[in-house]
Amino acid sequence: MSDVRVAGTGQTAFGNAPERTGRDLFAEASIAAFEDSGVPRADVDAVFYGNFMGELAEHQGHQGPLMAEAAGVDAPATRYEAACASSGAAVRDAVFRIRSGAADVVLVGGVERMTNLGTAGATEALAIAADELWEVRAGMTFPGAYALMAQAYFAEYGGEHEDLAHIAVKNHENALPNDKAQYQSAIEIADVLEAPQVSSPLGLYDSCPLSDGASALVLTSEAYAEDNDLEAPVAITGTGQGGDRLALHDRDYLARSPAARKAGEEAYADAGVDAGDVDLAEVHDCFTIAEVLAIEALDLEPVGEGITAARDGRTTADGETPINLSGGLKAKGHPVGATGASQIGEIATLLAGTHPNSEFVEGATTGVAHNAGGTVASATVHVMEVVE
Amino acid sequence: MSENAVRDAGFDEWLDAASEGEAYYLECPEGHGSLPPRRVCPDCGSTDLEETPLPESGEIETFTVTHIPTPAFEEDAPYATAIANFGPVRITGQVVGVDVDAVENGLEVELEVTVSETTGERVLGFSPV
Repeated sequence: MSDVRVAGTGQTAFGNAPERTGRDLFAEASIAAFEDSGVPRADVDAVFYGNFMGELAEHQGHQGPLMAEAAGVDAPATRYEAACASSGAAVRDAVFRIRSGAADVVLVGGVERMTNLGTAGATEALAIAADELWEVRAGMTFPGAYALMAQAYFAEYGGEHEDLAHIAVKNHENALPNDKAQYQSAIEIADVLEAPQVSSPLGLYDSCPLSDGASALVLTSEAYAEDNDLEAPVAITGTGQGGDRLALHDRDYLARSPAARKAGEEAYADAGVDAGDVDLAEVHDCFTIAEVLAIEALDLEPVGEGITAARDGRTTADGETPINLSGGLKAKGHPVGATGASQIGEIATLLAGTHPNSEFVEGATTGVAHNAGGTVASATVHVMEVVE
Repeated sequence: MSENAVRDAGFDEWLDAASEGEAYYLECPEGHGSLPPRRVCPDCGSTDLEETPLPESGEIETFTVTHIPTPAFEEDAPYATAIANFGPVRITGQVVGVDVDAVENGLEVELEVTVSETTGERVLGFSPV
């Protein structure tokens, strides 16, 4: 089976750009990805595109062809929607398309425009990832759902808000050299603990920001990369996806993410690695508690112990397994549909030695990207390895 | 549900029943519980689902106090949202009839259909037994 190479990566800066249209954001990310790859636009066989709430933010459906056009690509284009895992799902199908031999080059990425909705409007829009009848109409918000998981985690395994605060501090620290990050500012534990409450026990600094932005990747077959002498040393060697019941209350566990565990197991098996081989990971820390649940689901920490990983330095930049060297969703920002493909770009450049934080993972060969939708009713995991 | 809005079949009938103290869940022959509207048991695929009386009380398993709500709950905040275990099913609801600071895991609650202070829409709630 042919490896799928990451030939080019691109993204806009993530942040506050309410006036920028989705098509403009994607165009910028795609230009960067094509320039990085050296692949001509005419060689693209398909466009796979992730977006969550374009109907609400831009009154725009049918975004696949629109984005192909914006990128200057004449190829069939399909939009993927899996809430915050939309572009992770798009990457996964791009991998399958290339492996099958049906495509040699796929442009994959995603966009979200959010801040034009304002905080209240964006909160309402994000809530549609939950069960409208049984969760949203009872007043559950998206931060509220993760707060329910955090409270359940504390009750079952222990831990406290200060443990979570270390995750926010770590991810802000990691974002300092990342010029694409929404926040390039250090914070302290006290900032997190003293911030206004959003949904107890989570406060403002436990939450990722609302962000506008886009990401793009040029993925190719191994044969295409070799035939065209591409500089593409990193491959996506494993892909996995897990699903679960939509409403949190219908799950087997309130303080675990079984869908992410299924996705991780599948991706590890697909790549022929296990958790012990993983040198670094980008995980979906939409809230601080989400990073805990993610690293436990990926077997990077035992269940019930992930809460101490940042506090005790196991997942910091100089720790055993650095998590979210990009700054994560918390500090890099989270334009929902762009996040999954952006994570792939971060791991590719970290492994290739071209990321501002590559110094922390010199010699690393294996990275993982974990992208989650809703309260993890959808999860995708990709294993990436240095192959050249 | 506002006067002119189209109802959500299955769900609004369930809220009607809960308001009358006649809440139910759907039970398949294997004993799996689920909530309507539903034709297929999500656990085993059975299409033989029977409306079975919901146990009168449940126990709060986790909760949160929301300070930043969606616009539909703007005037309700801060409010407590909880997941309560009723045995065959868990349900998410807004905790009413008690100070938000008094909500805790293990609190025994019963269903109470209340209304949003913001919109007047019906809201599934829990009140302490």
